[in-house]
Amino acid sequence: MKFDTPATTNPIDQMKVVGKPTNRIEGPLKTTGTATYAYEHHDVAANQAYGYVVGAAIAKGRIASMNLADAQAAPGVIAIVTADNAGKLDKGNFNTAKLLGGPAIDHYHQAIALVVAESFEQARAAASLVRVEYSRSKGSYDLAAALDTAITPPTVFGTAADTSVGDFATAFAATPVQLDARYTTPDHTHAMMEPHASIAAWDGDRLTLWTSNQMIAWSVGDMAKTLGIAKENIRLVSPYIGGGFGGKLFVRTDAVLAALGARAAGRPVKVALPRPLMINNTTHRPATIQRIRIGAAADGKITAIGHESWSGDLPGGGPETAVAQTRLLYAGANRMTAMRLAVLDLPEGNAMRAPGEAPGLMALEIAMDEMAEKLGMDPVAFRVLNDTQVDPEKPERPFSQRRLNECLQTGAEKFGWSKRGKPGATRDGRWLVGMGVAAAFRNNLNAKSAARVRLDKSGTVTVETDMTDIGTGSYTIIAQTAAEMMGVPLDKVVVRLGDSSFPVSAGSGGQWGANSSTAGVYAACAKLRDAVVQRLGLASDAVFADGKVKAGKRSFALGEAAAGGELVAEDMMEYGDLAEKFQQSTFGAHFVEVGVDAMTGEIRVRRMLAVCAAGRILNPKAARSQVIGAMTMGAGSALMEELAVDKRFGFFVNHDLAGYEVPVHADIPHQDVIFLEESDPTTSPMKAKGVGELGICGVAAAVANAVHNATGVRVRNYPVTLDKLLDKLPDSV
Amino acid sequence: MKSFTYERVDTPAAATAAFARTPGARFIAGGTNLLDLMKLEIETPPHLIDVSHIALDKIEATPEGGLRIGAMVRNTDLASDARVRRDYGLLTRALVAGASGQLRNKATTAGNLLQRTRCPYFYDTNQPCNKRKPGSGCAAIGGFNRLHAVVGASEACIATHPSDMAVAMRALDATVETVDAGGKARAIPIADFYRAPAKTPHLETVLAPGELITAVTLPRPVGGTHIYHKVRDRASYAFALISVGVIVQRDGTGRVALGGVGYKPWRVEGAEAALPRGARPVVDGLLAGAKTTHENAYKLPLVERTLAGVLAQAKG
Ligand SMILES: Cc1cc2nc3c(=O)[nH]c(=O)nc-3n(C[C@H](O)[C@H](O)[C@H](O)COP(=O)(O)OP(=O)(O)OC[C@H]3O[C@@H](n4cnc5c(N)ncnc54)[C@H](O)[C@@H]3O)c2cc1C
Ligand code: SF4
Repeated sequence: MKFDTPATTNPIDQMKVVGKPTNRIEGPLKTTGTATYAYEHHDVAANQAYGYVVGAAIAKGRIASMNLADAQAAPGVIAIVTADNAGKLDKGNFNTAKLLGGPAIDHYHQAIALVVAESFEQARAAASLVRVEYSRSKGSYDLAAALDTAITPPTVFGTAADTSVGDFATAFAATPVQLDARYTTPDHTHAMMEPHASIAAWDGDRLTLWTSNQMIAWSVGDMAKTLGIAKENIRLVSPYIGGGFGGKLFVRTDAVLAALGARAAGRPVKVALPRPLMINNTTHRPATIQRIRIGAAADGKITAIGHESWSGDLPGGGPETAVAQTRLLYAGANRMTAMRLAVLDLPEGNAMRAPGEAPGLMALEIAMDEMAEKLGMDPVAFRVLNDTQVDPEKPERPFSQRRLNECLQTGAEKFGWSKRGKPGATRDGRWLVGMGVAAAFRNNLNAKSAARVRLDKSGTVTVETDMTDIGTGSYTIIAQTAAEMMGVPLDKVVVRLGDSSFPVSAGSGGQWGANSSTAGVYAACAKLRDAVVQRLGLASDAVFADGKVKAGKRSFALGEAAAGGELVAEDMMEYGDLAEKFQQSTFGAHFVEVGVDAMTGEIRVRRMLAVCAAGRILNPKAARSQVIGAMTMGAGSALMEELAVDKRFGFFVNHDLAGYEVPVHADIPHQDVIFLEESDPTTSPMKAKGVGELGICGVAAAVANAVHNATGVRVRNYPVTLDKLLDKLPDSV
Repeated sequence: MKSFTYERVDTPAAATAAFARTPGARFIAGGTNLLDLMKLEIETPPHLIDVSHIALDKIEATPEGGLRIGAMVRNTDLASDARVRRDYGLLTRALVAGASGQLRNKATTAGNLLQRTRCPYFYDTNQPCNKRKPGSGCAAIGGFNRLHAVVGASEACIATHPSDMAVAMRALDATVETVDAGGKARAIPIADFYRAPAKTPHLETVLAPGELITAVTLPRPVGGTHIYHKVRDRASYAFALISVGVIVQRDGTGRVALGGVGYKPWRVEGAEAALPRGARPVVDGLLAGAKTTHENAYKLPLVERTLAGVLAQAKG
């Protein structure tokens, strides 16, 4: 099915199942510990051995020598895989550094060996007996120091590194009210609960990989490329994923080394990355240095806006697209954005929840707060004034829908924004109290997505697609979609996901999964409806409802259409150019209240509210959970998350969850989410958009702005920790 | 983790005898620290002597009017003991500020005193660390050291002792009771228990190899208002950036001990006379000779401000 004109009325609009707050259909499996995660497929292949990854001890250089004798002689050891004996390996399209390093080392904890043994403990013990001598080379590990060497990167995801409209420099110079400020965001790690893990089993030249992966088809492709085998010979299975946040978009060490280990051992091998290895071995959200210039007329209208961002990556990597939102978020006739990329020999950077917008808004939305302050305007009113209903770089392109102002105004009212005091003026005992606001913005992306649906004689509808559920609720919205389309209750739908033998879906990433994958299911169900109508000899306007198909006076139980054998339909939703004609984005507003201990500078969030306008909300319950989780992650990036870079040795030092702090329950006392009623006919027949990444966008800035309102102290370098406030706080309680 | 052998003992004498038989062995109590370190091969004992079943799990009144806390009393039980809560509130507050409920259920009094530093370089066996590998250097000096010591450190090591409980024990003038491999018992004031890093940061206490902690005793209660303020970036489940424990009497006199600033819970009795005059004069004495890095200099004003806040709170 091709979606190239805006949707009209369709069965989803009935909203009998879609749009209802719905418990996860796989929830009981998860809460009873019976959903099988990657490392837990104990029964799929007999005789599984255990692999343990050895990570490089240096950031850059070469392996001078590697002695495997002690490890090989250790109890239980079956095989050891290294670059020396692994045979020829290619690199996946989505990988920057090789997943098995040596003799050249590209980054700290790059895998250099896999030790396979009878037990996990034996593999781990033997791994430490692999003796390696290195010769170190000098590397570049300090973004600030590498700024001068940064280059203009090639086009990123179809967008140029630089954009420019009007004459920014002249216009900015002429504005009466100006801001020119520098902001920094640190490296972040995904810190999802389930580590990267895979079990590999070979049957001749055919590989089956049970793994934890967000993008099944990409990863089949990259496994095939890396190993030099045909895609058809790989089956990848990933039914449940314990969080990914972008960290599992790609094939990683666990998958490749499990496959190589299984080949070397001649039996199935399972590999999980231990937590202390994950942070330097896999991808992370790169640090940025950002410069923002905003110029406005005295009435508050922005006339010039410029945003530049510097980030670093390994050679061949890409920039963090932190200026993306600034191209679209606020009006202003004269504008410029630029991204620069330095070579850093740290582990490779890549996507983490809302790549680009998350760090970009961390900076831009403080800048907007600073501008409002300079103008003597309320930060909500300043944003509302500078709204645009068209793409400011291409004014002929309207937004398909844009209700940012309503998000801001609704939130202000619900949150009690009018009670916000002057900076440093509100006290509650020893706490300095402040409120902050920020806009949330993230583009909606659609990707083609296919599904297969089966109808059996009991009237059960089974959906198969390689879509993944990374904890987001894909199982449930797909079931809701099929139930709505086929006119059956939710318990008559079975959903099977995450298997490369199913039709290729959009996968989970970039908040494109919900709308795209359900649109694919819509297409397949539309085909199945045709097949049902045809089989039963009904008119094409037959109504599917209550487990029945009715046309005129004739009515059948749905299952009757499959009486003579299962009906199967498969289709893919593809997209025309609506996303070019219309700018499709999601919007929100975050409101945060913080307390800052007047003496210690400790910052604690007291309340959070998000108001989101993100198209049709397919499952308000799951969407709320997504936004609440994203707000929590945003609070973490505001207040504590930072990978500490050792600029001498070139690695992230705090590489476990004791050192890399993420929020705990006590950090997040009260959160609320409001979704504005919306449906966007330009996005798909589902009229939905993404929401899982919108939720994090802007949160950190709202927290930082609240800290400023509480204390009068402006912190432009994240995370906002007490050491950055201390010398500016009042002298006594 | 290296393979190891294991035995369980049920008397202190059996524990020290087992040690005499198996050089290099380690006692294991709750295991919440030692096992983590073994998995990472920071500690590689060939033999473990499980002392957690020795009947050292009671809290008893002493003839002097204090309490004798068995070495195997769990942190949860110690924190919730009615006498401790009434008379040694600082200890309860420090304990519950540490780790998590599950960990405190396992962690013991002796194990808590002997937990090792949380310096991230100590945890990464690829990195130089004099504490883990004597003579290899100290990666934290010149590296990531926002959490490190500002007093008592040496050029060999700037690690802090991470225990919250020990801060309260220090303010309360606790005494550590031990028995050594020869069966000889001794009592070590907690002020003398931890060794300065100097050139040998791998030697952390005055305990001899195989010396078993049997109890920690507290002297008679001293009354006063007990406050423990642990400062950290997140609200729970994090080690202290710094912590301040105070016992303040009605007349403004009292005691102060600090966590997160040095290799041991930090107390300077001589500085306490200044308490009635406020935080600044106390801190001048308490942190005299402090040496900071560009990343941890904030700890000095933080200690002073936290102490000032705590003293204001004590006044009510
Ligand atoms: C995630 C996490 C968070 C934590 N957070 C905090 C925190 O915020 N604040 C805090 O204070 N602590 C914290 N801790 C540390 C915790 O308090 C210690 O791990 C615990 O107190 C150690 O006690 P244990 O009985 O488990 O010791 P074990 O791990 O069994 O032993 C520790 C050491 O003591 C030795 N030992 C044990 N018993 C004896 C004995 N009787 N005589 C001689 N030697 C003995 C062992 O040989 C070993 O060297 C945390 C720990 C973890 C894992
Ligand atoms: S501070 Fe101490 S523990 Fe940390 S690296 Fe230096 S020597 Fe090791």
